[in-house]
Amino acid sequence: MATKDGGISLSRQRQRAAFWFLAPMLAALFLVAAWPLLRTIWFSLTDTLLSDLYGGEWIGFNNYLSIRTLESGRVIYRGTLVDPAWWNAVWNTVRFAFVSVLFETLLGLIVALVLNAEFKGRGLVRAAILIPWAIPTIVSAKMWAWMLNDQFGIINDMMLNLGLIDQKIAWTASVDTAMYAVLMVDIWKTTPFMALLILAGLQMVPRDIYEAARLDGINPVRVFFKITLPLIRPALAVAIIFRMLDALRIFDLVYVLTPNSAATKTMSVISRENMIDFDKFAYGAAQSTLLFAIIAIFVSLYIWLGKVDLSGEGQR
Amino acid sequence: MTILKGRALRATATAVMLAVFGAPAMAVELFYVSGAVGNAVENFKTLVKPWEEATGNTVTLVPMPASTTDQFGQYRLWLAAGATDIDLYQTDVIWAPQLADHFVDLTEAAKDLAPTHFPSIIESQTVNGKLVALPIFTDAPALYYRKDLLDKYGKTPPKTWAELTETAQFIQDAERKEGKTDLWGFVWQGNAYEGLTADALEWIKSYGGGQIVEPDGTISVNNPNAVAALEMAKSWVGTISPEGVLAYQEEESRGVWQTGNAVFMRNWPYAYGLGNGEDSAVKGLFGVTTLPVGKEGDTSAATLGGWNVAVSKYSTKQEAAISLALYLAGPEAQKQRAIAESNLPTIVALYDDPDIAAAQPIIPQWKDVFLNAVPRPSAPTLGKYNEVSAKFWSAVHDTLSGNGTAAENLELLEADLTDLKGSGW
Repeated sequence: MATKDGGISLSRQRQRAAFWFLAPMLAALFLVAAWPLLRTIWFSLTDTLLSDLYGGEWIGFNNYLSIRTLESGRVIYRGTLVDPAWWNAVWNTVRFAFVSVLFETLLGLIVALVLNAEFKGRGLVRAAILIPWAIPTIVSAKMWAWMLNDQFGIINDMMLNLGLIDQKIAWTASVDTAMYAVLMVDIWKTTPFMALLILAGLQMVPRDIYEAARLDGINPVRVFFKITLPLIRPALAVAIIFRMLDALRIFDLVYVLTPNSAATKTMSVISRENMIDFDKFAYGAAQSTLLFAIIAIFVSLYIWLGKVDLSGEGQR
Repeated sequence: MTILKGRALRATATAVMLAVFGAPAMAVELFYVSGAVGNAVENFKTLVKPWEEATGNTVTLVPMPASTTDQFGQYRLWLAAGATDIDLYQTDVIWAPQLADHFVDLTEAAKDLAPTHFPSIIESQTVNGKLVALPIFTDAPALYYRKDLLDKYGKTPPKTWAELTETAQFIQDAERKEGKTDLWGFVWQGNAYEGLTADALEWIKSYGGGQIVEPDGTISVNNPNAVAALEMAKSWVGTISPEGVLAYQEEESRGVWQTGNAVFMRNWPYAYGLGNGEDSAVKGLFGVTTLPVGKEGDTSAATLGGWNVAVSKYSTKQEAAISLALYLAGPEAQKQRAIAESNLPTIVALYDDPDIAAAQPIIPQWKDVFLNAVPRPSAPTLGKYNEVSAKFWSAVHDTLSGNGTAAENLELLEADLTDLKGSGW
């Protein structure tokens, strides 16, 4: 297929073609991801109000931190970075993300291992286990809100009848239990998603390795830690990153399930509250930008730490 | 929005055709946006029919979710974008100062109608001398009590909060001994949301503790009476009120009440009709009275609620829209609403209307509740009201759930509000 314009090699040509095929997607990504992100960052550096979206003026980093010296000589700090409500939300979110992802990974792994085994009706069970994931979050949050209701809730009723508790518990109202309620519903909802991703990883593991291990008489626990876990690690890593991204921007569950109290407010909740309810659009944009930065840091940290581990000398 | 655009297009097309073929009068199609609760959507068609027939115009209702917070967010976005799709907005009583810039001044148009309404309501919709919206119905909460239980133990409806606490505790203990373990003394709205601001404002005001931010803009919330009011409310949680009350909104408390599991309830008038419905366990067993006071001699306080109609500044059909607003706020429409939806009228004379009294006997009785209504501090705090309210309900919710004492939380709140106020609201 050598032509007279041999100056352009076949691979160059293919690269160029690939670029044109990718161009629409790149354009779409720019429009729906990069542009809103840049716009949010820009808004966070202005004093824009929601009631006057185009009248904002540049104020630099004052939404993040501003230091002013009063006439009396007293120095005051203002902005998101010194806002206790914001740091409370950060702590709530991080705590939520860490605990929920940890439990979802462990439970998801167990479910995936069970589903990976051969048994009758496996297809049906695999489909059935996805139901919590398929229900829209708003619907499941509302459903759980009624199940956890202190007076009519079925959970209190069952626990009372079983004698596990001697008094009805106000699950979503009490500051001590509200976070547990959110965690419980999130774990219920998202474990199937983790199980599915891990199951996909499990099915990539060649069967003959297990047969070899069985012939050598290695016990199953050792097989799991020495064969299964290392081989599904890439799939597991991707699943955890996905979940981490998702968990750090949790909004709907908290918003619907619990009262709007400091015990469960997350970064997304507080940012929306500032933007829409309080008319402080730029301040909320600053919080959204910080949320983006925090997620970016977490994910890079995870990938970086994961890589160090993966290319460790033991495996080379 | 696509549907709206489609409709707007069709409306434009109709207008063009009418212009070409010569219509007798310029008939326009208006869009009215409102939260949809109960039978409001169906009733709206009947409600505006006389106006449509008289003017030849048509009105389309754009229904929104029932939550006022969600409505507010959406309206703010539409108005900020200068949307021309919506001509009239149904607005909550507390929104006027925050949205005032986006609405048409109705002072001149309503100069005959406005004086027939309760002055306090008209005042709540007036921002810097501009009448932002016209009231279409009002809301004021009351104390619901179980007549049968009070009679059984020889008690009378309480006049003070202390009496309420004592009676509730007494009946709750006695009834529980008889095996009714699910019975509670008093249910109200303790979730951290706008409703808690309303509840707590009533406690504080009726204790003589002011109204958070006074009409002149002074922050008054940190005072011994307010502290006492919140400490009293805190003592209810876990004793006469279930601990879950801290997550209750109106419907959760009505749930406990209407299944017959509460002696007292604080709620809005809508619970009256529902409580007397066929499927209600308390049908015919309860009465309503004004909310209690701190001590003898104090006046009862009921937070002023209610809904209004405002004309968008961005509407291209303002003349017709103002005419509709006047009709909806007028006596004919308010009477129809009172009879069909048991909404409280805002026109004083309608409380003596025999037709309303016959159809909804509770409405004339509510006049007393309503005369004690206290507005939330939305007028003095202007655009910062939502933040003031959120800070207030957070401080109250913290106190109720044992996160700091009332004195500590109110002191902090005062500092926060002072920061928020800065050099002026």
